[in-house]
Amino acid sequence: MIKINNISKSFADKIILNGIDGEFDKGKTNLIIGSSGTGKSVLLKCIVGLLHPDTGNVFYDFRNFTEADKDMKSEIRREIGMLFQGGALFDSKNVEENVMFPLDILTKMPKSEKIDRVNFCLKRVGLEGVNKKMPSEISGGMKKRVGIARAIVNNPNYLFCDEPNSGLDPQTSIVIDELIMEITHEFDITTIVVTHDMNSVMGIGEKIMFLSKGDKLWEGSNHDIMNSGVKELDDFVFTNKIMKNLKHGTV
Amino acid sequence: MKGFGRYMIFLGSLVVRRETFKTYYHLTLEECIQIGIKSILLFMLVSTFMGAVTTLQTAANLVSPLVPKFVVSQVVREMTVLELAPTIMAIIYAGKVGSSMSGGLGTMRITEQIDALEVMGINSASYLVLPKIVASLMMFPLLVIVAAVCSMMGGYLAGTLTEILTPTEYIYGIRYAFNEYFITFALIKSIVFAFLISSISSFRGYYTQGGALEVGISSTHAVTTSIIAVLIADYLLAYLLL
Ligand SMILES: Nc1ncnc2c1ncn2[C@@H]1O[C@H](COP(=O)(O)OP(=O)(O)OP(=O)(O)O)[C@@H](O)[C@H]1O
Ligand SMILES: [Mg+2]
Repeated sequence: MIKINNISKSFADKIILNGIDGEFDKGKTNLIIGSSGTGKSVLLKCIVGLLHPDTGNVFYDFRNFTEADKDMKSEIRREIGMLFQGGALFDSKNVEENVMFPLDILTKMPKSEKIDRVNFCLKRVGLEGVNKKMPSEISGGMKKRVGIARAIVNNPNYLFCDEPNSGLDPQTSIVIDELIMEITHEFDITTIVVTHDMNSVMGIGEKIMFLSKGDKLWEGSNHDIMNSGVKELDDFVFTNKIMKNLKHGTV
Repeated sequence: MKGFGRYMIFLGSLVVRRETFKTYYHLTLEECIQIGIKSILLFMLVSTFMGAVTTLQTAANLVSPLVPKFVVSQVVREMTVLELAPTIMAIIYAGKVGSSMSGGLGTMRITEQIDALEVMGINSASYLVLPKIVASLMMFPLLVIVAAVCSMMGGYLAGTLTEILTPTEYIYGIRYAFNEYFITFALIKSIVFAFLISSISSFRGYYTQGGALEVGISSTHAVTTSIIAVLIADYLLAYLLL
């Protein structure tokens, strides 16, 4: 479980996040949604510690990460896996080396055990026989899968995904989304997914936080998102006519 | 000036919170190989021609029969060791190795590879940049020595093939009134240049913001800034040490 309270962040006097509170549950896919430029990625970066929030704290299972000392920070970092928007695979390493990298850095496992673990994770994301391929030789969807394999290789307790299906076709998107949700349930991970894709929201939004212009305007699940009564959220959800008519019962 | 301050902070961040020695050992060896492969042929080619051209031009300018012929190769030696080998090679190094350091780091920055390292708790600056700087400090002086040798051989070939002077005269000139300190000076210069080029290029690349276009811009900036730094350092070192 991850808890954030009163997270604020500004860049050069421009307020991006304005005191966000919230809780992300263990064993669920927690979504942060909102239209482009509302600060979703900034919030995620504050949570994983890539950015330092101006105010507020982030708690990983009651451990204060923002004010943790070096040892505590690296202990928490060992429990974090992250999938980046473009995969962020290391260009100079092949698929196997990429997935193995966190094990090389964070553990003292013997080599053979590492290879077993890597193969297990690659199989789990549906990739086999590509171990020796370089990132430039595989497709965007495969890169995302490798990214997921790398994120889960060290048995994380927390998984973060920034727009896992941007740049993918709708079908592959759904496969990736479902993979993330399955892994979350299977390994009982606290997963946070940043997205602005309505398919993902409806598909895997077990717990949803809606951001607009730096404020949290709504919180709930994909079951009650249609009836939130929040105007900004309705604008976000019902972007096209069919959806609007659906809401007003005219179809 | 603000840029200079950030550069200093950047250099400081390289030495805190490092990984194990073994990690750096491997990374540094890899960098050394990369640098060697990337630049050795170009270095040899350029320096051989530099030596050859210096020989021909010096010979063309020394028309007086009072000046012995071996002076030609003596001039080639002095120019090579003092200026051509370290400084001109530094400029080539900036264009070839510096730009690729900055381009590589810039790409890693915009494709979030640097963020990926940071999330794993790695000090990305020291993990990525320190091996590049150490490898440069080791490889560049070696490359300068190779270049100096090639330059003098180029001079030898040009001088003897065009019969400006005999092999014996050339070798005599190369050894005549040799001052060992100039070699030390050239090596000091090359170590300073290697540090400047690798650290400035890395700095430029590491703090790239934006997209592919900005990566290109950082590379260009990396080369220009490094060359200016090299030229200023060249002047200062000559002033202080000669
Ligand atoms: N490092 C930074 N320096 C300055 N401004 C930044 C920085 N990072 C983000 N911003 C600004 O913060 C705002 C929110 O950016 P953010 O990337 O969080 O948007 P987002 O909600 O993730 O949008 P998208 O869905 O397009 O990814 C933007 O206006 C952006 O320009
Ligand atoms: Mg974003």
